Amino acid sequence: MQEFLEFTLGGIAVGMIYAAIALSLVLIWRGTRVLNYSQGGMAMFTTYVAWVVIRDTGSYWAGFAVALAAGLVLGALLEVTVVRPTMGKGPLNSVIVTIGLLILLEGVAGIIYGGQYRSFPPSFSIKGLKVGSVALGISASDLFTAAAVLAAALALFLVFEYTSVGLRLRATAFAPGVTRLLGVRIGRVLTLGWALAGLFGALAGVLVTPSTFLYPNSMDSIFVLGFTAAVIGGLDSPVGGVIGGVLLGVVLSYAGGYLGSNLVLVYGLAALALVLMIRPSGLFSSTASRRV
Amino acid sequence: MTLARHVGAALVVAVILVLVSIQLSSYRDYQMAEVAAYVVAVAGLTVLIGLSGQISIGNGAFMAIGGYASALVLIHLGWPLEAVFAVGAVVAALAGAVFGVAAARLRGPYLAGATLMLAVALPTIANQFPKQFGGDQGLSVSISTPAFLGATFPPTRWLAWVTCAAALIALILLANLGRSRVGRSWRAVRDDEVAAALAGLNVARLQILAFVVSAACAGLGGALLAVVTGIVAPGAYTLTLSIALLTAAVLGGLGTLPGALWGSLVLVLVPTYLTNVGASHGLSSAASSSVPIAAYGVILIIVMLAFPAGIQGGLRRFFGPATATPLTALFRRTPVSEHQEEGPS
Amino acid sequence: MAEAAALAIEDVHAGYGGVPVLNGVSISARPGTITAVLGANGAGKTTLLRTISGLVRPRQGRILVDGANLARRHPEDIARAGVAHVPEGQGVITELTVEENLRLGALCRRGGSVRSAALSDAYQRFPLLAERKRRHAGLLSGGERQILVIARALMAAPRVLLLDEPSLGLAPRMVAQVMDLVRTLRDEVGLTVLLVEQNARSALAIADCGMVLNLGTVVAADDAAVLASDVALRRHYLGF
Repeated sequence: MQEFLEFTLGGIAVGMIYAAIALSLVLIWRGTRVLNYSQGGMAMFTTYVAWVVIRDTGSYWAGFAVALAAGLVLGALLEVTVVRPTMGKGPLNSVIVTIGLLILLEGVAGIIYGGQYRSFPPSFSIKGLKVGSVALGISASDLFTAAAVLAAALALFLVFEYTSVGLRLRATAFAPGVTRLLGVRIGRVLTLGWALAGLFGALAGVLVTPSTFLYPNSMDSIFVLGFTAAVIGGLDSPVGGVIGGVLLGVVLSYAGGYLGSNLVLVYGLAALALVLMIRPSGLFSSTASRRV
Repeated sequence: MTLARHVGAALVVAVILVLVSIQLSSYRDYQMAEVAAYVVAVAGLTVLIGLSGQISIGNGAFMAIGGYASALVLIHLGWPLEAVFAVGAVVAALAGAVFGVAAARLRGPYLAGATLMLAVALPTIANQFPKQFGGDQGLSVSISTPAFLGATFPPTRWLAWVTCAAALIALILLANLGRSRVGRSWRAVRDDEVAAALAGLNVARLQILAFVVSAACAGLGGALLAVVTGIVAPGAYTLTLSIALLTAAVLGGLGTLPGALWGSLVLVLVPTYLTNVGASHGLSSAASSSVPIAAYGVILIIVMLAFPAGIQGGLRRFFGPATATPLTALFRRTPVSEHQEEGPS
Repeated sequence: MAEAAALAIEDVHAGYGGVPVLNGVSISARPGTITAVLGANGAGKTTLLRTISGLVRPRQGRILVDGANLARRHPEDIARAGVAHVPEGQGVITELTVEENLRLGALCRRGGSVRSAALSDAYQRFPLLAERKRRHAGLLSGGERQILVIARALMAAPRVLLLDEPSLGLAPRMVAQVMDLVRTLRDEVGLTVLLVEQNARSALAIADCGMVLNLGTVVAADDAAVLASDVALRRHYLGF
């Protein structure tokens, strides 16, 4: 029972990181039908920015804030400069362009910061929390991780549902052609979508890096798991992204805890295969029926 | 007819390759063998994506399967080389069939996600069974140069010959398959699944077959790469490898076998070249090892923007009739008639 | 033609890829009139509307709205210049609610009070939409959707309304309602309407003027009554 509690809470905490990556992928996929393979690379890069700021100012929160801002800027910048010219040239071209961006970002990070592993500070203490004598399996830092991602996701939901910016984002995602005819400048909307995705990726980066160290490929496996979470949840569904992330986190936590850590990814693959065999477009997809 | 023509062309190429390899340094011969191994894997992927219209970011996993299968056969059974390569291809093909069946209903990014997870998950199995698979250290694979070539014959040249021969055979088979009824059916499925199904094609079976073919090629490529590098280990089959295969296929020009060659050449030659350039311009070794990575990223982006149909497409644009497969034909979303969506009135 | 035209198209050539569809089309529509654009399938009617709203770039020619040339501008800018295009197949965003669809129509206007005034105007004019405002647009019937897209187009307070086959797929009773609505909009709001219709008889019944396209050129343009009484024209091009 004690173990079960630890694995569950620990899994949820890690799952929130996957959820943040999944949300960033969903944001871009909905707007542009592009899967952004550079999301992990962007998050790695903004985490390096945070690392520099923390080293130079000594303030974790300054680094945290700068990373989020850098994520916004980087997302918008990449959309305008590199991604937009590939639109309309075929889906595989944009796949390769975002992979090219990933490789470029990792290369540039290697050139600027070197390839060595650097430690990155956590937000709060990483000492395990206890209620009475019962260890919870999570730390204050984990709690902050979960709270930060949840708060960001909630804020995103409120923006989507209740603001005119959110209406623009949703309309552009569902029907870009019609939305354009109504005078909405969808180019700006798409840029905003990428900027928000950059923000969520940056959040995931600063939150996860204390447990992975920082190096040019440090976000690769996190990206794969975030992508998996998005696929499980359904790429069109922000709610699906969050639930997919938590689900994957918990499944991997149980698998690692009860079955041994060597094959964690294989169990993850099995979970993904199971979901996709039942629902080929993810748990929360609404578009499956349209594809014939 | 086409088979005879392809075999004839391959024989000419084989003679040229032998003549070239004799001129090259042993390091260049080694690179030639590497290119041959990659060409097979990339060609299989280009058939999958370019002809059947499915994506895989996980063909590195099938290379791992082929590599381990052939290494085990070589080490424990000592079979002759051609049988070892065949085993690598066949075992990977079986794995491809299993995966293909499981993934037959997946499309676009969902298929991409599943294959990506396969690529990162599969190599970790080697760690779980260290006795059989050698754990992190992997298994070492070595082949000997046949006695009749003499004791002074450079081993890397023999490697180049062996791998190029295997690659040529694989390419002949793929070229024929592409022009056969199966190839035409794949194109039909790629261009419009619904229309293909209405025309009586078994879409699911064709898509699974494409996965089998591409996995077999990846398996053979993995087997070749295993004997070239002399080792199979989890660290050799990273996500980076799978992504490299995909980028090489698209960069070279999707759906074309020459494109697979261009892509593989870029993959093998450009990084070493750029590392040398970086080092000679006084960059530290850590930084200069990152230069080719960054440069490869830039190359990918620029080629995709300037030549959407890849290197082969670009070559055709300049030198030949414009017959390159338009990339836009891939993954075309089935148009839904607007009238169907209308509610009752 | 003493009055300046609200919408004037001068010698427009346009097409898709290398295939020409419009070969020198010219129209002039006075403010507050309905112009019926008629012709067989493939005559270029839809392409004409798509060219005016910027979805297709004209190779040549001018498109003047209140005297300003909008040819080759982006669709967003043309919409903001007062041209509302209601495409064929309706284009309600089914995933959004009725109210969200309407609000979307006013997003190109500045000022929250302007937008909310537009919304309450729309509900006043279309009580049916007010009743269903929280409902997803995908749940509306075909006729209700047609009303919704026209109402959404009005949210931007356009000068010119481009309507592509509004009667398509609607029951005859609904067709009459939509046509009545178009006439009301001309009379009460003073909209200039370009109405593309297969159903030439009902279009000419409400239109002031009409033009007939064939293979991308204008073969006839006159008062609606004149066109409707031209037996040869009706037999050749209009099918009634």
